[in-house]
Amino acid sequence: MSAESPVQSAGFRGIQTGPVLRRVNAWLPVIATVAILLLMLLAGQLYFGDFVTPRLVSSLFDNNPYLIVLAVGMTFVILTGGIDLSVGSVIAFSGLLGAQLFAAGLPAVVVLPLMVLSGTLIGAVIGIMVAVFDIQPFIASLAGMFLARGLAYVTSLKSLPIKNDGLNWLLGTSWGGGQWYTTPGVVLALLLVALAFWVLHYTRFGRTVYAIGGNEQSARLMGLPVGRTKFLIYVISGTGAGIAGVLFASYTQSGNPLAGLGMELQAIAAVVIGGTILSGGSGYVLGSLAGVLVYGLIQIAITYMSVDSWWTYIVIGVLLLVFVVFQRALSARRRG
Amino acid sequence: MSVAPVLEATGLTVRYPGQLALDGVDLRLFPGEVHSLIGENGAGKSTLIKALTGAVIPDAGTLRLDGAEVSFGSPGAAAAAGIAVVYQELDLLPNLSVAENIMLGREPHRFGSIDWRRTREEAVAALAALDIFIDPASPLQQHPAAVQQLVAIARAVRTQPRVLILDEPTSSLDQSEVTELFRVIRTLKEAGVAIVFITHFLEQVYEVSDRLTVLRGGRLVGEYLTREILQAELVGKMLGRHVESLDEFELRQSEPDDRQPVFLEARGLGRDGVVAPFDLRVREGEVLGLAGLLGSGRTELARLISGVDRHGSGRLTVEGAELRPGAMRAAIARGVVYSAEDRRYGGIIEDLSIEDNILLALQAQRGWMRRASAARRRELAQSWIEALGIVPADPQLRAGALSGGNQQKVLLARWLAVAPRLLILDEPTRGIDIGAKVELQRLMLSLAQEGMAVVFISGELEELLRVSDRIGVMRERRLVGVLENDALSYEDVLALIARSSRGDDDE
Repeated sequence: MSAESPVQSAGFRGIQTGPVLRRVNAWLPVIATVAILLLMLLAGQLYFGDFVTPRLVSSLFDNNPYLIVLAVGMTFVILTGGIDLSVGSVIAFSGLLGAQLFAAGLPAVVVLPLMVLSGTLIGAVIGIMVAVFDIQPFIASLAGMFLARGLAYVTSLKSLPIKNDGLNWLLGTSWGGGQWYTTPGVVLALLLVALAFWVLHYTRFGRTVYAIGGNEQSARLMGLPVGRTKFLIYVISGTGAGIAGVLFASYTQSGNPLAGLGMELQAIAAVVIGGTILSGGSGYVLGSLAGVLVYGLIQIAITYMSVDSWWTYIVIGVLLLVFVVFQRALSARRRG
Repeated sequence: MSVAPVLEATGLTVRYPGQLALDGVDLRLFPGEVHSLIGENGAGKSTLIKALTGAVIPDAGTLRLDGAEVSFGSPGAAAAAGIAVVYQELDLLPNLSVAENIMLGREPHRFGSIDWRRTREEAVAALAALDIFIDPASPLQQHPAAVQQLVAIARAVRTQPRVLILDEPTSSLDQSEVTELFRVIRTLKEAGVAIVFITHFLEQVYEVSDRLTVLRGGRLVGEYLTREILQAELVGKMLGRHVESLDEFELRQSEPDDRQPVFLEARGLGRDGVVAPFDLRVREGEVLGLAGLLGSGRTELARLISGVDRHGSGRLTVEGAELRPGAMRAAIARGVVYSAEDRRYGGIIEDLSIEDNILLALQAQRGWMRRASAARRRELAQSWIEALGIVPADPQLRAGALSGGNQQKVLLARWLAVAPRLLILDEPTRGIDIGAKVELQRLMLSLAQEGMAVVFISGELEELLRVSDRIGVMRERRLVGVLENDALSYEDVLALIARSSRGDDDE
């Protein structure tokens, strides 16, 4: 047979989308988030007049560095199709652990790593449950959530103040001049975003995260270390929660057993608004950063309008719905 | 034999709970040879593959690679030894790019980061070696199944395997794609790779393979050179009995079917972007075949007339009564049932027992309040298992443990149990062996004889011609014609299917 005929192979040249169009397609959810962010800033400027100022931009980051860190860890988890409900409780536990250790007179160089490590440990427990015992991430991390919240109460039943220069330095120091400012905590959070981006897109581990989200069975048959990767993403998420605990303690100057209540859901909302699909395999950590900023901007706008703060939840709820429908339509179009 | 086998298995035995899946099977794979594994569903082909690739550890027997005894504890170990597999269910990642699907786990690094430029270059090279030219950065999900299949092969070939196992690579490909795949197989063969090719299409076995091994019921029947064994002889060895040649299978004599009452009628039925509006009548006691290429809209049409999907325009009537769009339950109540194309996702519930799978639709129809007694359920399931010859005949066995053909029978039993008036079968014979195919075709004919209307979708024209009274031809999401099957030839239908689809072949 004339199998080598060029006409035959022509059918296998497939779809030739231009590189630009293709990239735009994959990034569309993130671009949409950024567009919404800019639209909100524009609307605020038109509505309030003097809205978009260096101060606003600076405080947008400064208000939520811990949420940025949580969203980074959560992005890893959601990209594999998992979920981590424990991170809010870890903030409470990590904060109170720090408060007690500081009260015992230990220096910041010892206490801060221990606070982070407490999150790593809880993440590792969840990771073992998910990766080794094949327990649903929802249940495993729910257990982790109760465990961490319980440990927080065991550590202290009431709020404990923290007086420590090292901790205070993180969010208390203001870098920059005049209206433009930032804090070491914000810089740390943004560095973690950059690190996460590199890990997700330029390491085999990161690509395995995407592969697991695409199809876990296939990833396994391709010989990728699925179990190890799943374990590690919960360790990453837990460590992120530990770091967020440090930042939150620095922000509130205290440890509180009720700290971080519901914050895991805020982080999930930010990740989803940022374009990561809950079933995994698709999304970008930069989108999650944009998601946190959208969240922060809504908070600020609500304050500006001096309406009650629960409107934040309503707006976030509506936005989440819009985004999920948008993603649904987008993936339907891609398939069709 | 001057050349020594690269991989030699002797006496491989694999025991599954309650079942001897593989019983002392030998297999010899020679470099530069295409070796077909042949057998009915449940003959042990999949198990043999798994035993060769470390996915299953054999209970007895030896594996020799280049004469040295080896044993693989995991798929990774087999891959490292140069044994690569491309599975029937494409094990790829549709959310990632073509390049990544080829290179994942083996990407070149530079300063600790993945070097994306070189990754893409190497992927392009791997594809080019197979004469495939697609954008390496495009997401895999944009490409049709055939291209994905070739990407999977490119991934396997890139490791320069000594042995390449292709498990039913052609089951979802059309003719020109098969030709393309065979070209790739021949290229690899010339490069000295030992290729294992598994398929149910005997014509393809004769077209591409040099040697074949026949399995039956987990036992070795024999190893033959393809050129030395006749097809009829081969079928006999597969089935273990002499069946009448398929050509002698009685052609259905179509009767003047205007005498039969119309059961289902579609007028201007359609849905935007899915199927163009069409008129169609299905009469009682007829088998209506639906032909067309993959993606021509066969499944979509079937889903519209069965009420599974909502129609956007037109009218659908069953015995004169109109069905509202998307009224699937009403359709089932009137006796219209649709058996899905994809057994795994649209039909069989793998974790339930055979009995539960069979009784699912019946129980749904009775309502959950009127649960059948355990004894009654068992009796019903047993009767269907016997009627359709489901093997193993254990109603409590997990349906997922069955072979494809037997899963199809379970699915059929499920729908037959509700006593349908119109049975719509979407590719019921895909991926199942000849013996089971003939049985299914017989069954369809006898059901039609009893007055049931059957709509039968198949990618194989021969079998459509064999059993259908009329054949509807789909092309580019349009019903382009309904042909009376009297003295209709293969070429007649093919001409209608292929008429204009040649010019514009982009998806």
